[in-house]
Amino acid sequence: MDINDLRGISTILCMLAFGAVVYWAYGPSRKDYFDKAAQLPFDEHEDKVNE
Amino acid sequence: MSEHPEYNLKVVRQFAVMTVVWGIVGMLVGVIIAAQLTWPALNMDIPYLHFGRLRPLHTNAVIFAFGGCALMATSFYIVQRTCQVRLISDGLAAFVFWGWQLVILSAAITLPLGITTSKEYAELEWPIDILITLVWVAYAIVFFGTVMKRKTQHIYVANWFFSAFIIAVAILHIFNSLAIPVTLTKSYSVYAGTVDAMVQWWYGHNAVGFFLTAGFLGMMYYFVPKQAERPVYSYRLSVVHFWALIAVYVWAGPHHLHYTALPDWAQSLGMVMSLVLLAPSWGGMINGIMTLSGAWDKLRTDPILKFLIVSLSFYGMSTFEGPMMSIKSVNSLSHYTDWTIGHVHSGALGWVAMVSIGAMYHLIPILFGRKQGEMYSEKLIDIHFWMSTIGTVLYIASMWVNGLMQGLMWRAVNSDGTLTYSFVESVEASFPGYVVRFIGGAIFLSGMFIMAYNVWKTIQVCKVEAEAAK
Repeated sequence: MDINDLRGISTILCMLAFGAVVYWAYGPSRKDYFDKAAQLPFDEHEDKVNE
Repeated sequence: MSEHPEYNLKVVRQFAVMTVVWGIVGMLVGVIIAAQLTWPALNMDIPYLHFGRLRPLHTNAVIFAFGGCALMATSFYIVQRTCQVRLISDGLAAFVFWGWQLVILSAAITLPLGITTSKEYAELEWPIDILITLVWVAYAIVFFGTVMKRKTQHIYVANWFFSAFIIAVAILHIFNSLAIPVTLTKSYSVYAGTVDAMVQWWYGHNAVGFFLTAGFLGMMYYFVPKQAERPVYSYRLSVVHFWALIAVYVWAGPHHLHYTALPDWAQSLGMVMSLVLLAPSWGGMINGIMTLSGAWDKLRTDPILKFLIVSLSFYGMSTFEGPMMSIKSVNSLSHYTDWTIGHVHSGALGWVAMVSIGAMYHLIPILFGRKQGEMYSEKLIDIHFWMSTIGTVLYIASMWVNGLMQGLMWRAVNSDGTLTYSFVESVEASFPGYVVRFIGGAIFLSGMFIMAYNVWKTIQVCKVEAEAAK
């Protein structure tokens, strides 16, 4: 066990973390949730108070 | 001006107007020092006008005064709109505004007097650093407090970027500014030697990454969809590139210290992380530009959208150029030349300034009682757009030519191993480029005066309309 093992492990951990974020973002069960979030700037409520 | 029943728009209005004011001040100082580099006699032998004192005044004014006011205006606006609640405290919000103006004023006084820590982009001395910390904590309390009492289920992606910007800048500012005060106007950094250099560029590059990138991406994620009147191209891409961007940016600082006393492994790490950054950076650019997919025709008629989309193009260009320049062999040619200055302004003028200007043209009419983007004159926005674009292109093209030429002249050697050119020969050869840079900067600044006129007239017209409505 030397410092290069640590470097290898940290690379794998970063890849896993990235994979987890991608899975979370693109998981089919969260599609509606994100589609709703994307509409937040257009919420009727805020356009009403703008007038 | 009648007050908004639900939201605190007063503080947004104050920051928005000061964005235009500080933009003009900061860019004017920039044009003055560009002229001094072309014609050195322009410092007139007055110490307060010396390049070494005005340069930090320019950088502080455009980044923290112009950029800072733009970020605070838009973040306070967006967080209220997308969380559908009023800011948690009007008093604290007012403290953030007046405190930040006091910081800017202190900078404008101390820097020309030569009072400086000499740390790039962190030149302000310790009493001002403490004031910045207090204002920033108040800013964080107002922002996060408002997010916490939101009426919506989700926290909109723009607020994620603003959150990262607020937290990261707090950490960067506190750790980079750690110093031992000697007198009221003099302190010494707690770091020494190579460690000092590394902490400085950890701070310096993350000022780019979190202040000038994450913050302005937050702005982009609200105003591009609003102005284009369609939701962002891919909300899921925004989630992935957000986490990738903030995870990678913090490691990129060592690319400022290639071929120095910094250990080789740290230099290589900085270079590799900078190369990786291309992906999350372009994720944001693609997401912003593709939001127009299916509505490209709007670009022909809407000058505000032109500002926003062209700013994203410059963002894409400079985040391609940056990783390339961080490669050690490229850096050995580009470092310490005008290429670096050109790269910075491709991001600063092309991306940061143009996205802020576009956002302000969208926002200012709303703040004074009109609909989004309904400025006094659309024609003047279009003229401003072309002046900004032409000014930026002249600036960065002249600096590319100068930078490549300087890099090549400095490394040219004769067959007997002696240097072909003395340093001053490269300075002399840079003169035409400096003239073009000055012209480009002056054109960009002139556009800002047109903006100020347009904003002034818009506010006047809105007042008349408000009177008539009564």
